[in-house]
Amino acid sequence: MFYREAGQFKTSYEADMAVFPIRQDRVGLAIILAAAVALPPFLDAFVVGTVLVPFLVFSLAATGLNLLTGYTGLLSLGTGAFMGVGAYACYKLTTIFPQVNILVWILASGFFSAAIGVVFGLPSLRIKGFYLAVATLAAQFFLEWCFVRIPWLFNYNLSGAIEAPSRSVFGIPIVGASATPLARYYAILAIVVVLTWIASNIVHGRVGRAWMAVRDMDIAAELMGIRLLRAKLLAFAVSSFYCGVAGAAMMFLWYGGGEAKDAFSINLSFTILFMIIIGGLGSLLGAFLGAALLHLVPIFLKFGLPELGVPIGGATAEHLTHILVGALIVFFLIVEPHGLARLWATTKQKLRAWPFPY
Amino acid sequence: MLYQVFVDPFVQMADMPDLLVQVLWEGTVAGVLYALIALGFVLIFKASGVFNFAQGIMVVFAALTLVGLHENGVPAPLALVLTVGVMYALAWSIERVVLRPLVNQPDIILFMATFGITYLIIGLGEFIFGGRPKAMITGELFLPRGAIDVQMLGGRVTFQKLDIAAAVIAGLMVAALAVFFQRTRIGRALRAVADSHKAALSVGISLNQIWVIVWFTAGLVALVTGIMWGARSDVSFGLQIIALKALPVLILGGFTSVPGAIVGGLIIGIGEKMGEFYWGPLVGSGIESWLAYLIALAFLLFRPQGLFGDKIIERI
Repeated sequence: MFYREAGQFKTSYEADMAVFPIRQDRVGLAIILAAAVALPPFLDAFVVGTVLVPFLVFSLAATGLNLLTGYTGLLSLGTGAFMGVGAYACYKLTTIFPQVNILVWILASGFFSAAIGVVFGLPSLRIKGFYLAVATLAAQFFLEWCFVRIPWLFNYNLSGAIEAPSRSVFGIPIVGASATPLARYYAILAIVVVLTWIASNIVHGRVGRAWMAVRDMDIAAELMGIRLLRAKLLAFAVSSFYCGVAGAAMMFLWYGGGEAKDAFSINLSFTILFMIIIGGLGSLLGAFLGAALLHLVPIFLKFGLPELGVPIGGATAEHLTHILVGALIVFFLIVEPHGLARLWATTKQKLRAWPFPY
Repeated sequence: MLYQVFVDPFVQMADMPDLLVQVLWEGTVAGVLYALIALGFVLIFKASGVFNFAQGIMVVFAALTLVGLHENGVPAPLALVLTVGVMYALAWSIERVVLRPLVNQPDIILFMATFGITYLIIGLGEFIFGGRPKAMITGELFLPRGAIDVQMLGGRVTFQKLDIAAAVIAGLMVAALAVFFQRTRIGRALRAVADSHKAALSVGISLNQIWVIVWFTAGLVALVTGIMWGARSDVSFGLQIIALKALPVLILGGFTSVPGAIVGGLIIGIGEKMGEFYWGPLVGSGIESWLAYLIALAFLLFRPQGLFGDKIIERI
């Protein structure tokens, strides 16, 4: 009833090619963005810190992996390590050049991650499918080893962890002990919005189409004149860039330093992968939906159930999370292999035709 | 530097052959256990084309069920039988709940589904038996303890009896599987399914039944592997990282070859231990965690289908 494009005429080529061709979509997006900017000050600081900030970090990482796995069809299990590269790069940069704006370094650390990603992406030219997954596992374990064994990366401190120093932007502390969750939230929100906009432009443009052609069949894509070397390595670079920024943001805007030893383990790689499977491979919206679902389920089990009066221990909550996540993955693969994003698309189609079946 | 990398380790090997034998033996035992995990992968991949990521977790789950049952007062032989029953139930429910609705989906979807199974089993196992590491009931299962010291090559080499038993049992199991595949009716049906699903269906082989059998066989392999791994270290879900080591083994051996899994396991196991012992100190040790993947990667660049895998033919 409300969601119907009757009367909206497309009079130019640009309007026809728009990412959001229907006015209701544009209005809806504007409302979501406005709410994301305006609402958090009225929320509990705890909610902002433990729900919204991690959600945005995960969304960013999932977007990055989705560019590689969902759009280019290259399965990667090294996401956690690439995020780690971003975090350590950002740490080194901000300790060497403390006077530079930390947001600049968070974004710049993505380039280091991209460079590492390209190196470990090289085998993808010869290796495909499951075999490539193992190649990226090599990256994961090798980089994890580097994070522990190369003391230069964590400035030779005894704990072996990243310690987030205090950094301010325009006089407001956003990193370190004195930063409020709200300030950190706005910093990560700005990063996520800008990077998502860029990602959307990439996947809707020439590069994105080349990636999708490679995903659907790389030999055919090559015959059509797409250079596989460039397309695949670019996918690795862009994906690792996003993951690196997400890693830096995770360490500096979410964890705020502290224990970082196991943060970038193989489990993080799996979590991000599950997010894009459940959210929807090859969909930017899917990355956000998957991140929301997989991040909110554990939080609900951990904090929500005790609030509702259901007594549940921390360990039990963790086990239930595992069971639930596993069941969700199987459920979504059976019911809708294209994930939450496809469910949303189906719902939209139903809404357009409502109250008629079609 | 060049001397340290290319000459010194070999000088060490020649100087102390007893130590070399010890390292080789350690590597062989680790390799046998990797090979056992990889064997489960290969069985399932051959019969159903599913890349079963959950194999490593099935190993832990089988061991955990066995120990958990015994802890709750079930005598060891009965616990063993019950665990076999649990593995059958697991195989049956995976086939019924997960595989059957996903028939004909792309490989990658089935692969992802086994991820889901992995998480489900981790959660279920910890939920039922608790997350604490447990000790394997070696004594009750009549597994030997202690070590044999052998004087050889001007030194003393220690063989753990348990490791010898593991190698022997692994050998016996592979032989039994070979006989099962070559000589029995079900084994032939399995091989037929591996060759072609459609042709097998057309001669009256039930795919669903075969899948249950093959997942159950993989479950049994997982149980044996779990007992062996569990006896060498504790039984806990920390083992799942070790189970990931089976992936480079598969890469080396190829996804479809049983001998490949064994040879690959030995190469990875020995290569890893040698690398750690002789080259590890140069870069600060601990390289065991990623060396296996790097070895596999190096092989892949030259033979993308693995040592024994079928040649990949690509068509448009």
